[in-house]
Amino acid sequence: MISTPWLAWLLLAVPLAGGAGLAVAGRWANRAAPVLGVAIAAVTVALAGAAAVVRPAASAPLFDGIPAGVRVDGLSAVMVLTVTAVSLAVLVFSVGEFDEQENRSRFFGLMLVFAGAMLVTVTATTLALVLMGWEVMGATSYALIGYWWREPHRVTAANTAFVTTRAADLGLYVAAGAAAAGGVGGLALADLPQAGSPWLTVITVGVVLAAFGKSAQLPFSFWLSRAMEGPSPVSALLHSATMVAAGAYLLLRTQPLLAASGWGEPTVAWMGAVTALVLGLVAVAQTDLKQLLAASTCAQIGYVVLAAGAGGLAGGVMQLVAHAAVKSLLFLAAGAWLTALGTKALPALRGAARQHPLVGVTFTVGAIALAGLPPASLWVTKDELLAAALHRSPALYAVGLAAAAVSAVYSAKAVWYVWRPLPGDATLGYDTERHGTRQLAPSMRPPLLVLSLLAATLGVLALPPVADPLRRALGATGEPSSSWWELTLSAALALAASGFTWWWGARPAPIPAPAVGWLTRWLDLERAAHLLLVRPTLTTARTLAAFDDRVLDRAVHGLAHGGVVVARVAAWADDRGVDQLVVGVAGGARRLGQLARRPQTGQLHTYYAQATVVFAVLALVFVFVR
Amino acid sequence: MLSAIVFLPAVAALALLTVPARAGRGAFVWPWIAVSAVDLALVVAAWVGYDPHDGFGWTENVPWIPNAGVGYHIGVDGLSLPLVGLTAGLFLAVAIYSLRETRRIKSYVCLFLFLQTVCLGLFVALDLILFFLFFDLSIVGMFFVIAGWGHGAAARAAATKFFLYTFVGSLALLLGFIGLYLAATPHTFDMVVLIRTNPLTGQGLYGGLVLLAVALGLAVKTPTVPFHTWLPPAHTDAPATGSAILAGVLLKMGTYGFVRIAMPMLPESWRRYALVFVVVGVVSVLYGALVALAQTNVKRMIAYTSVNHMGYILLAVGAAGILAGTDTQARSLAVTGAVTQMVSHGLLTGALFLLTGVLYDRGHTYDMAAYSGLAARTPMFAGLTALAAFGSLGLPGLSGFIAEFQIFTGSLPSATIATALAVLGILVTAALFLSALQRIFLGPLRLPDAPGTPGVFSDLKASEAASIGPLLALAVAIGVAPRFLLDVIEPAARTLTQLVAG
Repeated sequence: MISTPWLAWLLLAVPLAGGAGLAVAGRWANRAAPVLGVAIAAVTVALAGAAAVVRPAASAPLFDGIPAGVRVDGLSAVMVLTVTAVSLAVLVFSVGEFDEQENRSRFFGLMLVFAGAMLVTVTATTLALVLMGWEVMGATSYALIGYWWREPHRVTAANTAFVTTRAADLGLYVAAGAAAAGGVGGLALADLPQAGSPWLTVITVGVVLAAFGKSAQLPFSFWLSRAMEGPSPVSALLHSATMVAAGAYLLLRTQPLLAASGWGEPTVAWMGAVTALVLGLVAVAQTDLKQLLAASTCAQIGYVVLAAGAGGLAGGVMQLVAHAAVKSLLFLAAGAWLTALGTKALPALRGAARQHPLVGVTFTVGAIALAGLPPASLWVTKDELLAAALHRSPALYAVGLAAAAVSAVYSAKAVWYVWRPLPGDATLGYDTERHGTRQLAPSMRPPLLVLSLLAATLGVLALPPVADPLRRALGATGEPSSSWWELTLSAALALAASGFTWWWGARPAPIPAPAVGWLTRWLDLERAAHLLLVRPTLTTARTLAAFDDRVLDRAVHGLAHGGVVVARVAAWADDRGVDQLVVGVAGGARRLGQLARRPQTGQLHTYYAQATVVFAVLALVFVFVR
Repeated sequence: MLSAIVFLPAVAALALLTVPARAGRGAFVWPWIAVSAVDLALVVAAWVGYDPHDGFGWTENVPWIPNAGVGYHIGVDGLSLPLVGLTAGLFLAVAIYSLRETRRIKSYVCLFLFLQTVCLGLFVALDLILFFLFFDLSIVGMFFVIAGWGHGAAARAAATKFFLYTFVGSLALLLGFIGLYLAATPHTFDMVVLIRTNPLTGQGLYGGLVLLAVALGLAVKTPTVPFHTWLPPAHTDAPATGSAILAGVLLKMGTYGFVRIAMPMLPESWRRYALVFVVVGVVSVLYGALVALAQTNVKRMIAYTSVNHMGYILLAVGAAGILAGTDTQARSLAVTGAVTQMVSHGLLTGALFLLTGVLYDRGHTYDMAAYSGLAARTPMFAGLTALAAFGSLGLPGLSGFIAEFQIFTGSLPSATIATALAVLGILVTAALFLSALQRIFLGPLRLPDAPGTPGVFSDLKASEAASIGPLLALAVAIGVAPRFLLDVIEPAARTLTQLVAG
């Protein structure tokens, strides 16, 4: 195979460097930013195409014994094409989204860095480099969600997204250390399954945790709800080909690790299936179009996670690709209405499709795919991976099928609203979010058309002439494929569920109101995180800060004060003790001197008498001592 | 060569002392900038001319007080050369930043030039007494910087606290040095000889006590919990330039002492008590991060993140002393990460403190609640602060990640639970930096309206940008292409790992 390292590096460098340059350029490049951004994205698509054909590989030294390796293999080839193509479509759409008053170069630059970081993640061969792309992607998502930073609630949403995903990212840091401990010194992804026990378990836990966080699987899903505060094109990219897709990709990539760990596969499969079902129900309960789509992202990515756990690599990849087209299309359509009408609330969007038929039709195509209705894409791709699930466990298959019915419900619900007849007082519900332009920018049309075409037809991925080479490229030739009865069953189910939803209309759901509220509030996950994690942490922080000031610092001052006290005692002892002793000695000497002066009278007879006494004493001493 | 690098600033200070103080600001600051630039160029030349596989390079060894075994022995290796480079670079940045300083400029410039010599001298010293001399002189120099150019009366109290606390620490250090001296036959303070002969091998309690004394002295300087309480007031009341040097260079003297003195000279005791350092490191990481999270004063917050960042270094050097269940690669990775962290923290926190100086210059308060939405008025200021903050919270593409990833990956095999806990530190720092950015720069615009604040809140001036920008550019360079730095550190880290392993 030809190894063309420069192509691999170029594929990563063009969006990253171009995007960073654009983001830094600020308002200087504001006028040219859309054209430049789209041009860079187009070049990246071309590079991705070339890389998918040539399959380049490259490696550079990074740390001691840990290289930074990149390689475009079968899975990466599919991913780079998806990422770059969706990025291009979204950027073309974005040309009409921002006017010149806004900092467009920051937006286009960050979007390119966002996509570039995803490209790093999907081409990296070592955990170190995966982590680098992974974290930069998280930080860029923060900057993009908080793009309108003058509004505090958007910044708070960005903070929530970054802190939540980073909490999960810690898993990758621990996994890297565990790999080093387990004998995988180079941290190569392909070698991870060979790690020794118990490190293999630690690595698997870390990888799964990080993937769940990024993909907004349970229990991390709430950050994705908050991420809706960003501009619609950001949601379109974040929900389809980057960020949430990264977690699912990582699980597909480390499928051998899940298999080697023993417990990893069933756990991941079940978590994915449960997320698909429960977040699907959350989507049904939403009354805001973007929130509905966000919850459906968790659910649909849950299918890919399920595929990774069930060993359905090919099905998972097909689902990931088809979902990328479908979800970017739906978010762009929602964004087009938001720009034009200034609202994303479903009741206010009644008749929106009739007002803007192009958006309405393309949105409907996407929703049909999302519902799993034949012949659109997700119908077949989902059945491909459900076939793998059935192979593992009928119960898993049943939950997956139930989730499919739910997806038909929420898709039909969204479509039902936008095709209602336009109410007379429609404008009352408009402009609640922003000031609508009442028209579509020309650049918004082509991406909607192209993506709806893809959303409708990407089911061909599962047709043998396409699927067989794809499976070979992915190294997934032996995996089960869906049979005719499974396809018929899921199609019938989707048709029934969406038909029922259409007939049911806007009537209240036949379940207790508290349950509906709970689903609408995304299972209260964010509140739980605040109650159980954020608030205790902040309390601990404040307590420790008070401890630092009032106890630790006081103790140091106390020690210093103790020094002063000791000094005072010493000074007292010095004055009263040592000095008094010296004074006493001096006084004693003086008194002795006075005594010694007394015999000095100057009279000879006195001296004579004294000498006699002394001699007498000496004589006595002499006599007695001898 | 090294002597020229070390003493050039001091000579320049002596020359500037002869210039009358009324000569104007430019007559002092510009020569300072020129001297620092020349010094940095010399360091770069020394870096280029040094072969990392050589052990100590550029050595000079002259007898000084031969009777007491003291010599003027200097030299650099992979552990010290990065810090010498950091010192030269940070002082140049501070010199450029000082173009806007107005108060008693002559003594200010001379004091900083003196401090520059002291800092460079410490990192090249290969004699314990020489090391101790520079260690104490740095305390003296910084005392005058904080007391003379800090914020009012509180600064003098903070300076006194700083001086007494770190001076007491240095006495413990001296005690340890004397212990090493007495153990060697013939008695010597020469580091290279002490490392080679390892005089305290097999002397259980004696070695432990010497390590205790040395570690206490270094722990106060680093600082680690619970010896850190001098740091927040010293930073809060110091001028921005003083804080940048204090955090960027002076703190590194403590951590550098661990890899230069404590580990290679007392390997046996180090291995025995490695777990103590791991625990102190993890406690510093979590305690520093959590206390920082609760701060409302931005400078105090950054000061506490220093405690957090120094904790990672202690964790790594402690983990390098635990041999069970690890290979040399992991332990060497941890030590490399520790030295990288010293450089990275110097660049990023140095930049952050200079940036808070800009904030204080415009708004006359460090209270985060006084500001909001500054990004609207000062995009460049906001952008550089965000970059430094993301670097400090360990974002890949900046130097902090390069350091912390190596520390975690290298430490986890030997100190698994401790490292798993320490990883939480990067989550807390992420939260606190994001919240600080939000409070000061994002949201609706609101400026402090205290009396005495200037009406216009201007963006970075050219001198400020020229001083802070290069620091962050270097942090990005290390983050994107770290090999130029790691190639120098790794051989020395491997040697140290082998020394510690015995």
